Amino acid sequence: MSRGTRIPEEEHVVGRRLARAALAGVTALAMAGLAGCGTDEAGSAPSGSASGVTGKVTVFAAASLTESFTTIGRDFEAANPGTTVTFNFAGSSALANQIDQGAPADVFASAAPKNMQSVVDAGDADGSPTTFVRNQLVIAVAKGNPKGVRALADLTRPGLKVALCAEQVPCGAAATKALAAARVTLTPVTLEQDVKGALSKVKLGEVDAALVYRTDARAAVADVDGVEFPESAEAINDYPIVVLNNAPNRTAARAFVAYVRSDQGTSVLTAAGFQAP
Amino acid sequence: MTSTDAHDTAARPEPGVSPRRRRAQRVPAALLGPALLGLLFLVLPLAGLVVRAPWSSLPQRLTEPGALTALRLSLQTATAATVVCLLLGVPLAWLLARARFPGRRLVRALVTVPLVLPPVVGGVALLLVFGRRGLLGEWLDSTFGFTLPFTTTGVVVAEAFVAMPFLVIAVEGALRGADARYEEAAATLGAGRWTTFTHVTLPLVAPGVAAGAVLCWARALGEFGATITFAGNYPGITQTMPLAVYQTIEGGDLDGAVVLSLVLLTVSVAILAGLRDKWITSA
Repeated sequence: MSRGTRIPEEEHVVGRRLARAALAGVTALAMAGLAGCGTDEAGSAPSGSASGVTGKVTVFAAASLTESFTTIGRDFEAANPGTTVTFNFAGSSALANQIDQGAPADVFASAAPKNMQSVVDAGDADGSPTTFVRNQLVIAVAKGNPKGVRALADLTRPGLKVALCAEQVPCGAAATKALAAARVTLTPVTLEQDVKGALSKVKLGEVDAALVYRTDARAAVADVDGVEFPESAEAINDYPIVVLNNAPNRTAARAFVAYVRSDQGTSVLTAAGFQAP
Repeated sequence: MTSTDAHDTAARPEPGVSPRRRRAQRVPAALLGPALLGLLFLVLPLAGLVVRAPWSSLPQRLTEPGALTALRLSLQTATAATVVCLLLGVPLAWLLARARFPGRRLVRALVTVPLVLPPVVGGVALLLVFGRRGLLGEWLDSTFGFTLPFTTTGVVVAEAFVAMPFLVIAVEGALRGADARYEEAAATLGAGRWTTFTHVTLPLVAPGVAAGAVLCWARALGEFGATITFAGNYPGITQTMPLAVYQTIEGGDLDGAVVLSLVLLTVSVAILAGLRDKWITSA
């Protein structure tokens, strides 16, 4: 900028003024944002290992596994010093898609066999996936259930706003199945890309109800109640897990999958509300 | 302009020019290399869209009702958002350029914040104010039974929020560049401030307003983060083209996403090119 002699003076001044205004904006923003920062979750692991398993493990996991896998990841790091587990939590279809596009992941845990199958079909899975838990839907409503939602049919009441997952993600596919089983037709106000998106709309109070997994309602017990409904038995999701073919750290990936299926891993998952397969 | 001249001179050396002078005018390789790389970087992804497009199934995919619904919604909301931005943004730009008041620099900085704010954050902020439990939204809901999230109006609000700074900055720049003596002359001839604004100032800065409106419209058309966060995602109501593209690619339908992207690209480029001939060149 200081050597920009070709720039006409006026443009130069305008540019500087713009830059200054933008800078002031950024500063204001940074100050406003400071309060919100600092919720970094993954801690760095200590170095040195006794088990032979070291390094970084990247796990792509369904959004509904957020809480339990975060805990399992921390336990795994403690049990295997020198390992670091990083997670990418999102809708299973998005994760399958990213793996298909060559994302460098070691492990994939899907909330439904369908999304896992697309990874297997693409030749990205190392061996065949194993089902490690099952999960089913509940109706998430605001704490205390102010709208008195008792069954799926209540969701069709006029004025009641419902969030569902988009049909391509497992929670959306399960919701479609459960609604069909109950012979209920409803028009949601939004189709979310993963189960946490649907849940957050209930937490925010923007919708009155959402169909989420039992485990998600339980994880958010401070803000929401989970209403059980019989038709959810018609839409139970199996969760498969697999080590990926181009896993950068296959040894640690196998160790992580083994840990998830171990007694320690299973106890974390069942405490979160998952059912044994 | 300058670089083309320099390049031409370098290509056709004139006998009267000294070698040293010629060397000084040639585009330095240190600039040319990165410049071409930059150009390639911008153009290559677009070429990728065209190359990967499923041309054989294109006609039937284009006529799918979902694609047309999303396109119509995108065009409608982006246009409505631009109108909102014009109605509110032009007066705001005038205030920043012409009025003297304490804290004007702070106001200008605040106006630019949505420019640098990640749109998702903008969506969260909008929810906290206009959501059903938001600062104003709760009152809107209890008084009028009216809520913004999950409505097409909500999409317009989200788009206007992220797009308005583009208009304000463009119009403010035009106002500062305009000769204030015309306005003073109008005032000495007895015109009131409002008459001066509508009959002198606005025509003077019309090209700037038009350029700002086009930028604003383009930004609104591409809006994604604030929309999906604040307005949600439902076909025909809040699912604009960018949301439809996202949902399609997340669902693993790469071809479908490419088709939708191509449609959005073609429509926006066509409209911008059409407007450019009319407005931008004169700005």
